[in-house]
Amino acid sequence: MRRQSDDAMTLYRFVMMIPRWWLLLMVVPALADEGIFDQYRDLMGDDNPAIFVIEEGEEFWVQSQGPSAATLEACDLGLGTGVTRGAYAQFPRYFADTDRVMDIETRLLYCMETLQGRDREVIAAKPYSLRGDFGTELEALVTWLAAESEGMIIAPEQAHPKERAMYAMGEEIFFYRAGPHDFSCATCHEQSNKRIRLQQLPNLTEHTEVAEAYGSWPAYRMSQGLVRTMGWRLQDCFRQQRWPGLIFGSEVSIALQTYMAVNAAGGVMTAPGLKR
Amino acid sequence: MRATLRRITLVVWIGVAPVAVSEDLASVIHASFSDSGQATLMRLEQDPLQQRCSQPRDERVDDDIAMALRQERLNAVVFPEDGNFLGDWQRGAAVAASGRGLQSNDDPSIANGGNCYACHQLAPTEVAYGTLGPSLTQYGLRGQSEAMLRYTWTKLWDTHAFNLCSHMPRFGAQKILTEQQLKDVMAFLLDPNSSVNQPAEGPSSAH
Amino acid sequence: MAGRIKIRAQKKGELTEVKALMRHPMETGMRKDQAGESIPAHFITEVAVLHGDHTVMQAHWGAAVSANPFLGVRFQGGQAGDAVRVVWTDNQGGTGEGETTIR
Repeated sequence: MRRQSDDAMTLYRFVMMIPRWWLLLMVVPALADEGIFDQYRDLMGDDNPAIFVIEEGEEFWVQSQGPSAATLEACDLGLGTGVTRGAYAQFPRYFADTDRVMDIETRLLYCMETLQGRDREVIAAKPYSLRGDFGTELEALVTWLAAESEGMIIAPEQAHPKERAMYAMGEEIFFYRAGPHDFSCATCHEQSNKRIRLQQLPNLTEHTEVAEAYGSWPAYRMSQGLVRTMGWRLQDCFRQQRWPGLIFGSEVSIALQTYMAVNAAGGVMTAPGLKR
Repeated sequence: MRATLRRITLVVWIGVAPVAVSEDLASVIHASFSDSGQATLMRLEQDPLQQRCSQPRDERVDDDIAMALRQERLNAVVFPEDGNFLGDWQRGAAVAASGRGLQSNDDPSIANGGNCYACHQLAPTEVAYGTLGPSLTQYGLRGQSEAMLRYTWTKLWDTHAFNLCSHMPRFGAQKILTEQQLKDVMAFLLDPNSSVNQPAEGPSSAH
Repeated sequence: MAGRIKIRAQKKGELTEVKALMRHPMETGMRKDQAGESIPAHFITEVAVLHGDHTVMQAHWGAAVSANPFLGVRFQGGQAGDAVRVVWTDNQGGTGEGETTIR
């Protein structure tokens, strides 16, 4: 729904609403958005609207739903049944019960289906909110689970051959150029100190930068008025790359998350983050 | 370097536990996307240029294949039939500022933009510019010799004719912009009256 | 039906800090749907923060405030255990409220 120029305009309008920041912009016009948003973050203090979405996620986790009238408390996120603390930081990972590598979102969908008896097609049809919506259940759950890993070391599993294959595939996809603009992920994310318009771009091939980027998703996006997940971010990237629609929970989505998570390994989870 | 080390590590692992890497990549990609608006699955099929350029920046090799591909792109450039390279710079400014076009949510009946400001500095008064590409402020100082007109047109039409595997889109070869739009962008860059070519004043010119 | 508001109120030195997230579409009335029909304006017009019976903040909002508004307010006084409420009304006559105690 939003285009690159809309993003720039939204940012511009937001900044113009606040008189003292407009003055700042006139004094140092080439200031990339990071400086302004650092100030905004200071104003916000430790809190972030995502704190409320975290609460909602926790509520969904213990809520009885579906034909089986069950909660998600028996869901195994890789650290044992019902263990949520630290689980997000070790995704994506291989699960023996499905014999595949899964990201947090596909794993949650699996638990909703198997524990609660819910229809995965229904949930997968609209996993993310549209602008102006109140946030979906999946977004809330991912936000809460990310908070359960806050401060922990990013440590995606890479012991299983399928996990390593997923990384290799993610790397190939990262550099895969396609579409009328010949864009790959690398077009924007393989160099440091670059920006599109005023949006700084993390170099996702460089450890420190990808750790900071990967570790701060999911994030409350001010321009969206919602918490957005990494899965959502990938989908939106491909739209801007002029590629067709990324299917929710697809191999490409999991592969790219694996690529980023492994490159980020050793960094610290700071999610949920606060972004423009 | 890190990517290379990782590749070597992966090759060792792959030797121990055989896994397919690139063989079914195309089919995995195909299965992971669906048609969305005007962005159809056909876009995922790579042409020879895209195939050649799908590797990390630091792994590109300037070999015979690269030279041949560059020459081929150069030969394929289509210059304006009427020999007139320059349109209206104000329309060109609008093309440069517009980021719409060819996305799944874009209306195909509305003209595409060039989104030049996403990557380039252009008019010195516009502060919201990107740095993926070099600054083009005061591009017009280069003058309007036939050689400069042909060079600039070629860069816009298909930058790979000079800079193989550049990150810049092929605005002519991929039909992103029409011939008239390209002429307008040429004027935006080269017309002495264009905002791109006005003197830089104050802090906004610093970069 | 009253809208949902999530609130937190915390003592920070002498001040009480209140943060609230309101669920509201905040439609400007300028947008059109897929069929080209205008989506009616629907936004919060009045919002207030109350400490017990005392109104500590009152504001007129409008279409410029984005969807699901996040509000932060600091006021003097307030003790742990005191009630803090946030209430709003919108241009369609809808209301919302939420309550918490200061921690």
